[in-house]
Amino acid sequence: MASLQTFLKEKAVGGLVSWQLQQSAAEKFQLTVAEVEIVILQAELLPARYQRNQQMISTAQQLKLLQSHVAVVGCGGLGGHIIEELARLGVGQIVAIDPDVFEEHNLNRQLLSSIELLGTSKTDAAVQRIAEINPAVRVRPINVAFGKENGRDMLKDVDLVIDAVDNVPTRLELAEVSCQLNVPLVHGAIAGWYGQVLTVYPGEDTLQKLYAKWTDGKGIEAKLGNPSFTPAVAASLQVAEACKLLLGLGGTLRKRMLSVNLLDMQFDEIPL
Amino acid sequence: MKVTVKLFASFQAGRFNKEIRDYPDQTSIGSIVQELNIPEEEVGILLLNAVHADLGQSLKDGDIVAIFPLVGGG
Repeated sequence: MASLQTFLKEKAVGGLVSWQLQQSAAEKFQLTVAEVEIVILQAELLPARYQRNQQMISTAQQLKLLQSHVAVVGCGGLGGHIIEELARLGVGQIVAIDPDVFEEHNLNRQLLSSIELLGTSKTDAAVQRIAEINPAVRVRPINVAFGKENGRDMLKDVDLVIDAVDNVPTRLELAEVSCQLNVPLVHGAIAGWYGQVLTVYPGEDTLQKLYAKWTDGKGIEAKLGNPSFTPAVAASLQVAEACKLLLGLGGTLRKRMLSVNLLDMQFDEIPL
Repeated sequence: MKVTVKLFASFQAGRFNKEIRDYPDQTSIGSIVQELNIPEEEVGILLLNAVHADLGQSLKDGDIVAIFPLVGGG
């Protein structure tokens, strides 16, 4: 590794390693681009793609993100945006969980969907998309529905879970399994012009409290549908929470849910 | 008695955002939900003076009730 470090330091320009250089280093030293990226960051150099992260995320924090492991449960409206934002941020390992394939009614809002990918599994689309954007990020696709029975295996070794599912019972099971595994959970849900975000720390039952009145069926999304912009807003708020949790920064939506109303541009906090 | 009712998200459509309304003493939160034609199964969160509450709880003069819908899409 010392010779790789020397090689990188010699070729880096102004502390920056271009993608081309990262790739040629991987070839020369027979490593993956992800392995090279770890050495780049350890040498206090920076992959050029992260230049605009730098005023808010230090090189040491960028390495922390690269070594982080996040599960995204649901790869639809919320999940598509979440996976892409995590990968661009530089989160190194993403588990993408969803049993579905893309259908035409997904095209109005699901970032990973396209005409060409109709009929393709959402998790395979996630792998493909992230490979195009940031090959140093590893996406593990799980093309199966999350449940209490199989969930522990799916979430094994993750640092953080992001809730991007489309129904209440799966959310409650996700909260239960995350709590058992001692992993924080960033909840998001949407319906029409409206969305909500909440961060649940292990041992807290705020998601159960949030859905305490639910008995069965869907929420108001069944009536209101979902447009292109609401998932993007809620997903971005969730990724901001995820970034802070992984790096131990700022204040999170702990025991307070942010309720977003894009029709009237109202943002309200609900104590939980 | 006077009760401040605050509605959120889709519950505002065709109703109001916030109103001070007159009700007989001991009116329950559930009766207000019914009076406003809000389907019970759509109710996600009820806050009475910023504390979580249930439909059965009765109100007193000056109370503030907030009603949020159940949001579950992804």
